[in-house]
Amino acid sequence: MSAQKNRLGNGGRINRGKPLRFTFNGRDYQGYEGDTLASALLANNSGAVARSFKYHRPRGIYSAGVEEPNAVVQLETGARTRPNLQATEIELYDGLSATSVNCWPTVEFDIGAINSLAARLLPAGFYYKTFMWPKSFWMTYERVIRNAAGLGKAPTAPDPDTYHKCHAHTDVLVVGGGPAGLAAALAAGRTGARVILAEQEHDFGGRLLSERGDIDGIPAGDWVGLALAELNAMEEVTVLGRTTCFGYYDHNYLGMVERCHINAAKSMLEPKDGPSERLWRVRSHQVVLATGAIERPLVFADNDRPGVMLAGALRAYLNRYAVRPGRKAVIFTNNDDAYRSAIDLHDSGVEVTALIDLRVDPDGPLPDAARARNIQVMDGWVITRVLGNRRLRAIEIQRLTADGGAITGEARRIDCDVLGSSGGWNPVVHLHSQSGAKARFDDALQSFVPGPARQAERSAGAANGAFALDDCLGQGHAAGLEAAKLAGFKSKSKTKRPTAESIDEAPLKAMWIVPGEAKPGHGSKHFIDLHNDVTVADIELAAREGFHSVEHVKRYTTLGMGPDQGKTGNIPGMAVLAGALDTEIASVGTTTFRPPFTPVTYGALAGRDIGEFSDPARKTALHHWHEQASALFEDVGQWKRPWYYPKAGETMQDSLNRECLAVRHGVGILDATTLGKIDIQGPDAAEFLNRIYTNAWSKLAVGRCRYGLMLGEDGMVMDDGVTARLAENHFHMTTTTGNAARVLGWLEEWLQTEWPELKVYCNSVTEYWATMTVCGPRSRDLLAEFTDIDLSAEAFPFMSFKQADVGGVAARIFRISFTGELSYEINVPASHGLGLWTALMTAGEKYGITPYGTETMHILRAEKGYIIVGQETDGTMTPNDLGMDWIVSTKKDFIGRRSLSRTDCTRPGRKQLVGLLTDNPSEVLPEGAQLVFDVKPQPPMDMVGHVTSSYYSAALGRSIALAVVKGGADRMGETIHAPLIGKTVNCKITGPVFYDPDGSRIDGA
Amino acid sequence: MAHNPLRQSPLAHLGLIARAGQGADDAGIILTEAPFTDHIGLRGDGADTAFAGAVEKVLGFALPISPNTVTGKAKKTALWLGPDEWLIVVPFGAADKLIAALGKALTDVHSAVFDVSDSRTVISLSGANARHVLAKGCGLDLHPRTFGPGSCAQSTLALAHILIHQTDTAYRLYIHRSFAEYLWAWLEDAGAEFGVSISTP
Repeated sequence: MSAQKNRLGNGGRINRGKPLRFTFNGRDYQGYEGDTLASALLANNSGAVARSFKYHRPRGIYSAGVEEPNAVVQLETGARTRPNLQATEIELYDGLSATSVNCWPTVEFDIGAINSLAARLLPAGFYYKTFMWPKSFWMTYERVIRNAAGLGKAPTAPDPDTYHKCHAHTDVLVVGGGPAGLAAALAAGRTGARVILAEQEHDFGGRLLSERGDIDGIPAGDWVGLALAELNAMEEVTVLGRTTCFGYYDHNYLGMVERCHINAAKSMLEPKDGPSERLWRVRSHQVVLATGAIERPLVFADNDRPGVMLAGALRAYLNRYAVRPGRKAVIFTNNDDAYRSAIDLHDSGVEVTALIDLRVDPDGPLPDAARARNIQVMDGWVITRVLGNRRLRAIEIQRLTADGGAITGEARRIDCDVLGSSGGWNPVVHLHSQSGAKARFDDALQSFVPGPARQAERSAGAANGAFALDDCLGQGHAAGLEAAKLAGFKSKSKTKRPTAESIDEAPLKAMWIVPGEAKPGHGSKHFIDLHNDVTVADIELAAREGFHSVEHVKRYTTLGMGPDQGKTGNIPGMAVLAGALDTEIASVGTTTFRPPFTPVTYGALAGRDIGEFSDPARKTALHHWHEQASALFEDVGQWKRPWYYPKAGETMQDSLNRECLAVRHGVGILDATTLGKIDIQGPDAAEFLNRIYTNAWSKLAVGRCRYGLMLGEDGMVMDDGVTARLAENHFHMTTTTGNAARVLGWLEEWLQTEWPELKVYCNSVTEYWATMTVCGPRSRDLLAEFTDIDLSAEAFPFMSFKQADVGGVAARIFRISFTGELSYEINVPASHGLGLWTALMTAGEKYGITPYGTETMHILRAEKGYIIVGQETDGTMTPNDLGMDWIVSTKKDFIGRRSLSRTDCTRPGRKQLVGLLTDNPSEVLPEGAQLVFDVKPQPPMDMVGHVTSSYYSAALGRSIALAVVKGGADRMGETIHAPLIGKTVNCKITGPVFYDPDGSRIDGA
Repeated sequence: MAHNPLRQSPLAHLGLIARAGQGADDAGIILTEAPFTDHIGLRGDGADTAFAGAVEKVLGFALPISPNTVTGKAKKTALWLGPDEWLIVVPFGAADKLIAALGKALTDVHSAVFDVSDSRTVISLSGANARHVLAKGCGLDLHPRTFGPGSCAQSTLALAHILIHQTDTAYRLYIHRSFAEYLWAWLEDAGAEFGVSISTP
C-alpha cells in the first residue's frame, strides 16, 4: 500500500481518523473518508489514470466535478458493477475497487497508442469516411474498433439492488446547494413555502467547499452548516443531498435522481436496506436554478498531458481534500479568478513556478495578492509547448505579439508537474435550456448565460453569470423570495440576505486557440473535447468540409458526445467553429441541451416497475381455485385466464379433447368473469344501442338477449357481445375481455361528444360480477339443483335472461351459448363467486362436470363457426366479409354504416370467412398459414388469404380451421393450399359451421 | 339445494388476519384490508335540483358538489367522482334497501343507480409514512395543504386505477378487485423501507 504522499498535513474536509482502503487498476491505495476516488488517487500521486478514447493518449485527472472528461472508470465487478463513472463523482468507501474503462491493455502500456502515431489517419468524420465503403467491411472494422476503444462494460447479471421512484410537489424547487442555492432555499423556506433543495454532491456548499472565504463574517463552511441546520429544521423544506436534477420538462416538471446508498460508510457492494437510488419526479410551482458554473480550459498545444488540469480544480483538491496536486505548479489564465488557485497553492506550500496570464498588465486585488507573494506573473505570455508524455515535466512559453494573434521571441522553459488552466467560467445553463429557454451569449463573460425564461424559473448566482460570492448570495436570496412570492408566499418579516466581501475582478480576455509553434494539428494537438479526442484541427476540418451547423459539426466530430457531454469542451468548440466560419459565437449558438444533465441509471428509471410489478396481473375471484386445479393460464390483456386444466400424464391435446367432449356430452364449466360488462341506463338507452350496434334494439323485449356487432367509423368490426334488456330503460352489455375498457371509452366518446342529447349513463360493472358458464347437455340438470325457477326451454328459452336465486345468491342468468350447447351464463356478485363455483363443482361431480379453459372455448366456438374479434377479424373485416350481413340493419343508421357502401367494401374479391377441411383429417394447419390457389415450386405465389383459427376437434374426430379467403364465399368445395416449410397442405373450402349446423343441440340433448 | 355461500374478499387467500400484528411496533406503514362495505354507483346531474334534492331526501344529507370532496352522515358516505357521478358507501348489507329507495325517489329523474359493492375492496393505509408510500406511485399532491380528511380523488397508484379517500385516521384505497392482489403486493414492497405492519379491520 503506497503512502498518500500528496496529502497535506492538515485542512480539508476529510476525516483523517477514518482511512479507507481501495484498489485502482489492481493496485492498493489508501484514502480518507470524505475523499472522492479522484482526490484519493491524486493524494497517491496517481498520474495517468486512463487512456484517451481515440488516440489512446495517457490522461490524468482533469477536474474536480461532473465535468471530468478523463478519469472515467468502471466501478466494481459482477452484478453491481457500474460502467463509465467519473472518478471525481465517486465517494470513496472502504474496499472500493475500480478500473479505467479505456486503457486496454494497461494505462502504462497501451497498444492503442499506435493510433496516436497514426493520428493523421483518424481525422474528424473518420467513421463516416472509412466505413461507408465497402459496406461489407463494416463488421470487420467494428469488431476491431470495439476491442480497442469503447467504454465500460454493462453488468451481465441482474442488478441485486432495488430502485424506487417517487412523485413530489413543491412550491419552490431550488437546484444546487451552493451559496446561491442555500440563500434561495433559506429565503423561500422562511416564507413557509414548500421548498425542495437538491444538491448533486454529498456535501452542500458548492464552490464554497473549494474556496477560502467568509460569509456574514464567519468562515463559509460554518455558514453552510448553519444554513443547513436552519433548513432542516423547517417542516416544509426537504433537503436532498446526492440528488442530481437531470431533466427539466414541460409544466415545471423536473426529474431528479437521489443516490441513497453510495457513501463513505457503506460499500456499494453490500446489500441495502432501502433503495439504492430514488428517482424523483417533481412538479414545482417555481424553480430556482442555482446550478453554478463550470470552468473552461484554455486550448493550447498538447493541453491533454497528465498534470494539465482546470485551475479551479487545483484549489478544490487543495482546499476541500487537502491534496497537493503537484509539487511545482503553473497557472495559465485569461482571467483573475485563476489567481486564487495560484495564491492558495502558494499559501499551502506548493511552489508556483509561474502564473502565465495572456492579458497584458493585469491589475486588481487578485493580481496584487499574487505579486505580493512573489509569484512570477508572466503577463502577455502563452504556453506554446507541453513537455512530458505520461506526466507533465515542463512547459515552454512565448510572448504574444502586440495584437495577440501570434507568438514572438524566444521560448522560455518552466519546470512544473501540474498546470492549471482557466479560460473563464461557463454558467451551467443546461436545465434552463432544457426548460425551453434560449441561452444568450454574454460578451463580457464570453459565455452563454440564461436568456428570458419560458417556464416559471429563474437562475441565480454563477448559473446566472454572477460569479462573485456576494452576488451569488444576493441573487440567490432575491430569487428565493421572488419564487416564493409567485407561489403565493410572502416574506413574513424582512429577512436579511447573507453577504460576503466583494473583490473586484478585471474582465477576461477571450482567446479560443492559443497559438503554438505549429498550426494546430501539425505536430501537436490542441484538444477541445478530451473525452472524445476532438481537436481544433478536427473542428476546422469539419468547417472546411462544409459542416456549418453546430449540430452537424457535433455529430461529424463527436464533439461533446462522451459521458461528460462536453461540459468543458463545448463552448471552446463552438468558439473555434465560429472562428473557422468567421462569424460570432452567438450566431453559431449552442447544441441542444438534452436531459440527462449527468447519466442516470436504467435502474432508477425502471424503479420497481419490474417483474411482478411491470404490469398488473388481473385475477378473477376464482383464480386461486384454478391454480389449485393445476390450470395453465393465458394472458388476455392484463387478465390471467385459465387456458386448460391438464391432468397428470395428459398432453395438451389430451386435456383439450377431454374438456371438449365433456361439454359436448355432459357438462363443462368456464370462468367467464373477464368479459367486459357495462351497465347502460336511461330513457334513450335503446336508441343509443341502435346507433352503436349494427342491428336494431328498440323492439328487444325485456328479459331477452341479443347478439350485437359494433363497427368502427370505417365499417370494420370492432367488438361483439351479447346485451340483455333488464328493464325498459336498462341494459346489460357484454364486451370481449380485451376490449372492455376501450368499448366503454368508445360509448362515452359518442355520448359526450356527438350525442350529448341522449339520456344514457354507461358504467362498468365488469368487476362486480363473477361469471361462470355452465355448458353442455347436463347443464340444466345441474342448475336445477341450485334454483327454483323453471329452466325448461319454454319457460327459459335461448337468448333470454332471468334474475334468480342461485344457491342462495341473487344471480343474473343469461341463456346464451358460445358453444352451440345448452348453456347458462351465471353472474353472481364477485365475492360469492368462489362459493358458488365450488358448490357447482361438488354437485356436478355426478355429471362429470369438467372445468374448461379458453382453448377449449375456442375450439368449441370454432366448431360452430363463431368468430372471435381479433382472431377472425383484424380491423379490415366488415360484417359482410364475415358472412354476417344478417345482423346488419338496412332500416336504421349506426356507426360505420356509411362506410359499408364504400366501393372498397363492396368490391368483389374481398377476403371472406370460410371453413377449411384438410384432406388429411389429422393434419392441423398452423394459424396464420398463408393460402394459395396455385402452388408454385417456391415463393412468390399469389396469396389469397390466411388461416385465422385451427384446431383438432374431438367432437368431429378431425381437424377444422377457419380462414379468410378472397372471394371465398363463392368458392365452396374448391381446393386451396397452404404451402408450408417442407410440405404443402391441401384443404377443401367449406362453410364455417362444422358442428350441428341446424342448431339442434341448443336446448339440450 | 341449500347452499350457504361464504363471501370471499379478493385478498382472502393472503392470510392477512394471521399475519396481523407481526410487523415491528415502529412500522411506518400500517396496512389493513377493510372488505365488505356496500358500494352504490350513482349517476345524475348534480346541478339538477330535482336529482340532488331527491337524493338528499333519501340519504339524509346532500351529495358533495365540490370536486374531490366527501359528505356523509350516519354510516353513509358519498364520494364525489365527477360532476355527475358519486360512490355511496354504506355498511355491509345496506345496499339493497338504499338502491331501492334511490330508484324509487329518482323514478322520474334521469339517473342511474347500481350496486358495485363487489367491484372493489378497500385497503386502509395509515402510519407515519403513509403519504410517502403513496407518493411512490401516485402523481397527486396529497400534502395536507391540498388534500386532507374529507378529500377523495381518482388517480392511479402504481399501475392500478384507484379511488383514494382520506379519513381522519387513514387513507382508504378503493381498488378494483382484480387488481387488489397486485396493489397489495405493491404496497408491501413500497412500504418495506419504512417497515410494514398488517392490522385487522
